[in-house]
Amino acid sequence: MPDKPRLTREQIAQRAALELPDGAYVNLGWGIPNLIADYLPKGITVYFHSENGILGMGRRARPGEEDFDQVDAMKVPVTLIPGASFFHQADAHLMTRGGHLDVAVLGGFQVSEKGDLANWKIPGAKGSGGIGGAMDIAAGAKKLIVCMEHTTKEGAPKIVKHCTYPLTGLTCVDTIVTDLAVIDVKPEGLVVREIVSGWTVEELQRLTGAPLIASGRIPEISFV
Amino acid sequence: MKRKVFASLDEVVADIPDGVRIMFGGFGGAGFPNNLIQALVRKSVRNITAISNNCGTGEGELGLMFKQNQIRHVIASFPGPHSNYFQQRYAAREVTLELVPQGILCERMRAAAAGLQGFYTTVGVGTEVAEGKEERILSNQRCILEMPIHADYALIKAQKADELGNLTYRLAARNFNPIMAMAAKTTIVEVEEIVPVGSIDPEHVITPAIFVHRIVQAKGLHYAG
Repeated sequence: MPDKPRLTREQIAQRAALELPDGAYVNLGWGIPNLIADYLPKGITVYFHSENGILGMGRRARPGEEDFDQVDAMKVPVTLIPGASFFHQADAHLMTRGGHLDVAVLGGFQVSEKGDLANWKIPGAKGSGGIGGAMDIAAGAKKLIVCMEHTTKEGAPKIVKHCTYPLTGLTCVDTIVTDLAVIDVKPEGLVVREIVSGWTVEELQRLTGAPLIASGRIPEISFV
Repeated sequence: MKRKVFASLDEVVADIPDGVRIMFGGFGGAGFPNNLIQALVRKSVRNITAISNNCGTGEGELGLMFKQNQIRHVIASFPGPHSNYFQQRYAAREVTLELVPQGILCERMRAAAAGLQGFYTTVGVGTEVAEGKEERILSNQRCILEMPIHADYALIKAQKADELGNLTYRLAARNFNPIMAMAAKTTIVEVEEIVPVGSIDPEHVITPAIFVHRIVQAKGLHYAG
C-alpha cells in the first residue's frame, strides 16, 4: 500500500478549490489551504477573507510591489481584486464567527467521525502553541473544509473516532479532503465521496480510524 | 483645552508605571506601535501585563520587551513562530500566558469598551480555552461565558491623526488598533502624520477622537520575519 500514488499537497489544494462556489466569501487557513488560491478554476471569482481585515485578496504581491501594510494572515504581502475592502479585526472575526463566510478551509491534525477538529497544537510540542483565528472560524463558517494528509508521517490515521490532540472545535467539519479521498461528515457518519485512483475503499478504511460509509462504486478524485 | 499632542515618544509614555495592563495593536507585521514599544524599553517599565495578538518578531514588536524581561503576563491569541524571546521566558516560567481565540480577544476588549459585563459564545466550547469557564445551553447550543478585557493603556499605531485625535489607518495596518483604542483608560497613538483639526473628512474618521488621549508623531518601523 505505501507504494500506491497519493495526492501531493498541491493536488489536495487543487481538489479542494473545486468546492468553492462562484462569488463565495472564503477564508483559507495555514498550510495546504493557503495553496488553494492558485488553483481556482477559470471563470470563478472568490472573495478571499483575511482575519486581519481584508475581503477580496488577490494574488501575492510580486517583488517590487510589496506593501507591508497589506499582508495576509501569514504576513505575506498581497494584492487586492476590484471590490475589496478593509475593516478592523473585530469585524473580520464577526464575519468568521457570525456565519457570514460561505466556506472556510483549514488544515488539520485530527478530525473525528463527528466532525470535531484538532488543528492548533501537537501534544508534547515545545513552546506555547497558538490558536489564532482557528476557533472562531471553526465555530462560525457556513461550510468548513479540512485539507490534510490522510495519515501522519508515522502512518497513524488522522481521521479518528475521538480526537486525542487539543481540540479546536466540536462538530464543525463538513468535508475532509486528504491525499487519498474526499469525505463528507454527515449525521450518519463519514461518507466517502471520491477516492484516489488505484485505491479501494477497504484499503482506505485500513488507514482511517473511524468507520467509513461507501455505497456503490466510489468515483475517482477528479480535478475538473 | 488640554493638548493631546506630545513632543516626543519618551514624554508620551513618561508616566506609565510598573505593573500596569497595556494593550498593543498590530498583526502580521503591520500596525504595530513599534516606536512606543521602544520608548517603553528605554523607560524600563516592569511587571507589565501585555494584551496583544502575538508576542514579538525577533527583537521587533514586543520582542525587545520580552528580551528585557519587562512583561510578566500576556493575553494573546497567537504568540507566533518568531517570538523567540517570549518563548524563552515562557519556558523559564518567567512569563505566564492566557491564550484566547483571536475573535474572542477582540470581543472581550469590545465588551470592556462597551461597558458590557461579558458574553456567551460557542467558540472554544469543549477545548482548553473553556477550562474553568461557566458553561450553559443557549438556543440549544453549548456556550461558555467570556469576560471583558480591560487595560490601563492602549498603545496603538495609526496613519494620521488630527490634533484632536481623530484617526485614520492605512490598509490592513488597522487590524486591532481601533478596538484597543476604545478599550483602555488611556490610549496613546503613534502616527505618521498629524494634521490640523478639521482636515480629516468626518466621513473618513475610523477612530473618533473621544477614544484618543495622547498623540505622538513618529516614522513607522517594520520588522520582517
